[in-house]
Amino acid sequence: MPVSLKKTPMPCQPPEERIRNFQEVALGYTEEQARMEAERCLQCKKAPCRQGCPVEIDIPAFINFIKQGDFESAIKKIKEKNNLPAICGRVCPQENQCEKYCTLSKKGEPVAIGRLERFVADYELARGESELPTLPPPTGFKVAVVGSGPAGLTAAADLARMGHKVTVFEALHVPGGVLMYGIPEFRLPKRIVQAEVDYIRRLGVEIRTNSVVGKMVTVDELLENGYDAVFIGTGAGLPYFMGIPGENLLGVYSANEFLTRTNLMKAYLFPQYLTPIKVGERVAVIGAGNVAMDAARTALRLGAKKSMIVYRRSAEEMPARKEEVENAREEGVEFHFLTSPVEFHGDEAGWVKRMTCIRYELGEPDASGRRRPVPVPGSEYHMEADTVVIAIGQGPNPLVLRTTPGLELTKKGTIAADEETGATSRPGVFAGGDIVTGAATVILAMGAGKKAARAIDAYLREKGRRSHG
Amino acid sequence: MYRIVKKKELAKNIKLIEVEAPMVAAKAAAGQFVILRIDEPGERIPLTIADFNREQGTITMIFQEVGYTTRKLGELKEGDFLADFVGPLGQPSEIEKYGRVVCVGGGVGVAPVYPIARALKEAGNEVISIIGARNRELLILEEEMRAVSDELLVATDDGSYGRKGFVTELLDEVLRRNGRVDRVWAIGPVVMMRAVAEVTRPFGIPTIVSMNPIMVDGTGMCGACRVSVGGETKFACVDGPEFDAHLVDWDLALRRLNMYREEEAQALAYHSGEGGNCRCQ
Ligand SMILES: Cc1cc2nc3c(=O)[nH]c(=O)nc-3n(C[C@H](O)[C@H](O)[C@H](O)COP(=O)(O)OP(=O)(O)OC[C@H]3O[C@@H](n4cnc5c(N)ncnc54)[C@H](O)[C@@H]3O)c2cc1C
Ligand SMILES: Cc1cc2nc3c(=O)[nH]c(=O)nc-3n(C[C@H](O)[C@H](O)[C@H](O)COP(=O)(O)OP(=O)(O)OC[C@H]3O[C@@H](n4cnc5c(N)ncnc54)[C@H](O)[C@@H]3O)c2cc1C
Ligand code: SF4
Ligand code: FES
Repeated sequence: MPVSLKKTPMPCQPPEERIRNFQEVALGYTEEQARMEAERCLQCKKAPCRQGCPVEIDIPAFINFIKQGDFESAIKKIKEKNNLPAICGRVCPQENQCEKYCTLSKKGEPVAIGRLERFVADYELARGESELPTLPPPTGFKVAVVGSGPAGLTAAADLARMGHKVTVFEALHVPGGVLMYGIPEFRLPKRIVQAEVDYIRRLGVEIRTNSVVGKMVTVDELLENGYDAVFIGTGAGLPYFMGIPGENLLGVYSANEFLTRTNLMKAYLFPQYLTPIKVGERVAVIGAGNVAMDAARTALRLGAKKSMIVYRRSAEEMPARKEEVENAREEGVEFHFLTSPVEFHGDEAGWVKRMTCIRYELGEPDASGRRRPVPVPGSEYHMEADTVVIAIGQGPNPLVLRTTPGLELTKKGTIAADEETGATSRPGVFAGGDIVTGAATVILAMGAGKKAARAIDAYLREKGRRSHG
Repeated sequence: MYRIVKKKELAKNIKLIEVEAPMVAAKAAAGQFVILRIDEPGERIPLTIADFNREQGTITMIFQEVGYTTRKLGELKEGDFLADFVGPLGQPSEIEKYGRVVCVGGGVGVAPVYPIARALKEAGNEVISIIGARNRELLILEEEMRAVSDELLVATDDGSYGRKGFVTELLDEVLRRNGRVDRVWAIGPVVMMRAVAEVTRPFGIPTIVSMNPIMVDGTGMCGACRVSVGGETKFACVDGPEFDAHLVDWDLALRRLNMYREEEAQALAYHSGEGGNCRCQ
């Protein structure tokens, strides 16, 4: 039987229904669908897909288990490398990673590796408590992990599996980082994140929430008080504003605030949950990355009549995943390209009502290789909007950086760390994830956590040898 | 979980709680605040650190019951637990030996002024304190303030105690009487802080206020707490909460505080209507 050129489709909530709820949009494969999709895999000897996976999953091996209907072995295979498969299967940009290199993508659609990963991860979660790997005897070393996003959680899990005692310090009241406060419920249900976090707890990792490093305790104090090494995975949580007039009007939110109120604080369940959010009839989201798509889709679910993406480049340059753009379009999000606000105007009470926008055209390619947007003089016009969400990017939060003397930073203000090891300018202090790369992806953060765990393990063993020798 | 070890009613609708949080107490300083959440559906609310005890590992907060969360907090008893408690957040007050300083506290704002006045006194300053409230019953921490001040002046709106009038009138007199005042701290309702700024402006006295915008995370992650100071946008939770009173955009601060008026009323109505254990009217 010739291999189908198309991925086995995954069932979804229809757009007109899903924009009225916060339940997950993509519903996941059934066993039959998963096995059918697994059949498409050619089990290539060289497995080009693997070079696209930042955490080195043995992709054909796990797909082969699915083919045989042995889902338990499939998930075990994934978990040898990836401690958060139910998350990655949902939010990884597979089209730029494993699936991009898949042999099948030369002729048609690649194997739906992400959907298969999600399927086996969900299969395991549905069966209740997952099996724990056998842990080595304790090494006696203690490691502090700062931040419980994907970088911190991965580093913590791997270090625990190497026998080290790990404590995670998290500023917010729940662990998960962007997975909890940023990415919406309808794309990544929070119970899935917490199930994966529980797995990491069961590996022996202690997670201390409500613990702001740099305020409650500093990195140096951790090192002085019994921790042998520190991993910093504090993410890129500082929202950028545009610095234009009217930005502090009521109804102008950073994407972080808009999403945090909704996801972390569950404002969509207000007043049962007590954190409010205000969404008007016409919502303008400035920017076109994943964060912007999430904000625009969230606005619809919170009752906006119109939700608009306002972006100064064109459709081609949008940094968001194709799938997310597609989802947003289906749900009725409007796209306004080659335009951006230069001023916000409010009513007497100070609520935003309108923006002055200016049109752009594309010029020569810039440092990012994308064509540079150039404002068109005299092209100003008005656009009505009673809620504005600024989603133009995030930078590194300085709380830890400012309180850790001797920690070298890059020009962008991120931590200067070795790409392969996460080692920083301070011995015993490692870093990875968005705090090093700037806002990137879940899987890159996990990859960095993984590499750092290996390097921390080597550092600790070396330290052990020296103190015994 | 964080245990409430002490609770006291200081005045009508003004309560004090002391919460066990040793790591926070170890670092707390005057001028900083905490964020707490009572339970899972709860909102994260900021409260200033009114006192701390490093030996016992406790933090004291004094709050006014103004809406759903503070009322519910007021119903908790000694031995009850808070789900979340994080701090110390924000920058500590800059305590130095300035010379002669005036500390102004209005209403529940006397609570956050107290540790500042105490620290200023300990740093060798001459401390003149002015505290006020709507009436005698609502005045808090009078004895505590007296103990850390060289001079204490009291005003009530209705004249039921101390001088009849606003704290700003007393402040104006103090400034006129004392040739030199090196610094003024003022904490209270936004309108009071703004009025203080106007009183000290002609004298050119550096004046510090503690801003209380609506917050979510308290760590610089969301920008809900933006304030405009000298034309620049600042995040009160990490850059503040204390700022130069003469540079604050007060109109903006007032507007932003009222952003969720409707929702706050709705929350109160919803939860009192369900007839559970909430006794809010
Ligand atoms: C809305 C949104 C949608 C996204 N969608 C996708 C997607 O679909 N696919 C994808 O791959 N990527 C996506 N990303 C990007 C991805 O989420 C991030 O790249 C990834 O989460 C980075 O992981 P991290 O561990 O480095 O940091 P984070 O996830 O940011 O976690 C950092 C953690 O550290 C904590 N912290 C910060 N400072 C301190 C401190 N001082 N003390 C203690 N704790 C601290 C924070 O509270 C946070 O919990 C999205 C991002 C956003 C915001
Ligand atoms: C740094 C800081 C320190 C503070 N210190 C004290 C203190 O020591 N004692 C005290 O009584 N109050 C203090 N406040 C104010 C206190 O946080 C609010 O009164 C409380 O959040 C109100 O919640 P509520 O649900 O009871 O009332 P709501 O009905 O929700 O709100 C009443 C009013 O409180 C303000 N408010 C609402 N939600 C928040 C929020 N999440 N963050 C900040 N303000 C909000 C709004 O102006 C609102 O109009 C402080 C605020 C800040 C920012
Ligand atoms: S490249 Fe594609 S077809 Fe080949 S092994 Fe990997 S997933 Fe299967
Ligand atoms: S409260 Fe979120 S940035 Fe200050």
